[in-house]
Amino acid sequence: MKLKQLEGLLGGLQQFPQPKVELEQYPTGPHIASRMLFTAENSFEDVSDKVVADFGCGCGTLGVAAALLSAEHVLGIDIDPESLEIASNNAEELEVDIDFIQSNVMDLGWRGRIVDTVIMNPPFGTRKKGADLDFLSVALKVASQAVYSLHKTSTRDHVKRTALRDFNASSAEVICELRYDVPKMYKFHKKKEVDIAVDLWRFVPAASHQSRNT
Amino acid sequence: MRLITHNMLSSNIKGVVNGFPLRIEAEKVMEKTMEMNSEFLEKMFEKVDWKAFVDASRAMGYTELPEEANSSMLDSDEFLNRFHHALLELDLEEGALVCPETGRRFPVSKGIPNMLLHEDEV
Repeated sequence: MKLKQLEGLLGGLQQFPQPKVELEQYPTGPHIASRMLFTAENSFEDVSDKVVADFGCGCGTLGVAAALLSAEHVLGIDIDPESLEIASNNAEELEVDIDFIQSNVMDLGWRGRIVDTVIMNPPFGTRKKGADLDFLSVALKVASQAVYSLHKTSTRDHVKRTALRDFNASSAEVICELRYDVPKMYKFHKKKEVDIAVDLWRFVPAASHQSRNT
Repeated sequence: MRLITHNMLSSNIKGVVNGFPLRIEAEKVMEKTMEMNSEFLEKMFEKVDWKAFVDASRAMGYTELPEEANSSMLDSDEFLNRFHHALLELDLEEGALVCPETGRRFPVSKGIPNMLLHEDEV
């Protein structure tokens, strides 16, 4: 599938009608989502035929993008039931199969590392400090192959240091810098549109022993 | 929720030592049609906990999987078809997942398990 085609399909997805500020629900726009998954697939082969998990999936944009790029199995995890309902409709609309789970990403129990790739647009931690790194910590324990994530460019050094030193990542690379257009969604937004610089990261988790049948 | 997902989840309630596998209570099971990918199945065979998988498939009303399995069976199309069907096509629509240690029920509604923990379970 071509990038423009992917972006076009994602552009038709429904997004949060009433975003919840405490969950930092900002939609992942089709521009960013399509580039994120397209790069993961075409530069690193981390999507097609893989088990992919979308952490904090919201309305499911990243998970749907993974499924469209031929991920074999996609999981979408979110704490908010209303988002999951929209995500579920979005998946149905584009005729892709995703298993959704309602859970706090921090609290879900996993057996082994069956997930190959985690993709996520975590809360940036403006409301709850460090929320993005909490997500990253879990993602690097769950994924066996790679984690793709968005973090504010202003936190680049901190993200890199934390991933390598505290979360045991074997590599942490910024793939590109993107502009994240946050439309005025909440009352506390003073400007009409806020444009934040975000980094698209690819992290590689430390090699792990996988569970096997004997 | 399909059984590939069930096979990688465990109960994470505070104090639980072995939360895997979650027991399935099936009220409504749907069947999807997915394209078979034998390379993926071969890779997944190495990762699946077979006993938990067979028990889960039976709880979903599917009894065609052998009790024991080894990788030589992957040469058989019949085995691959059954493995594929149970892993990726059976879909728990309504029911519950039950923690094997505490008996706590996690309800499944419209195909989505609610794994949210209460404050005293975290």
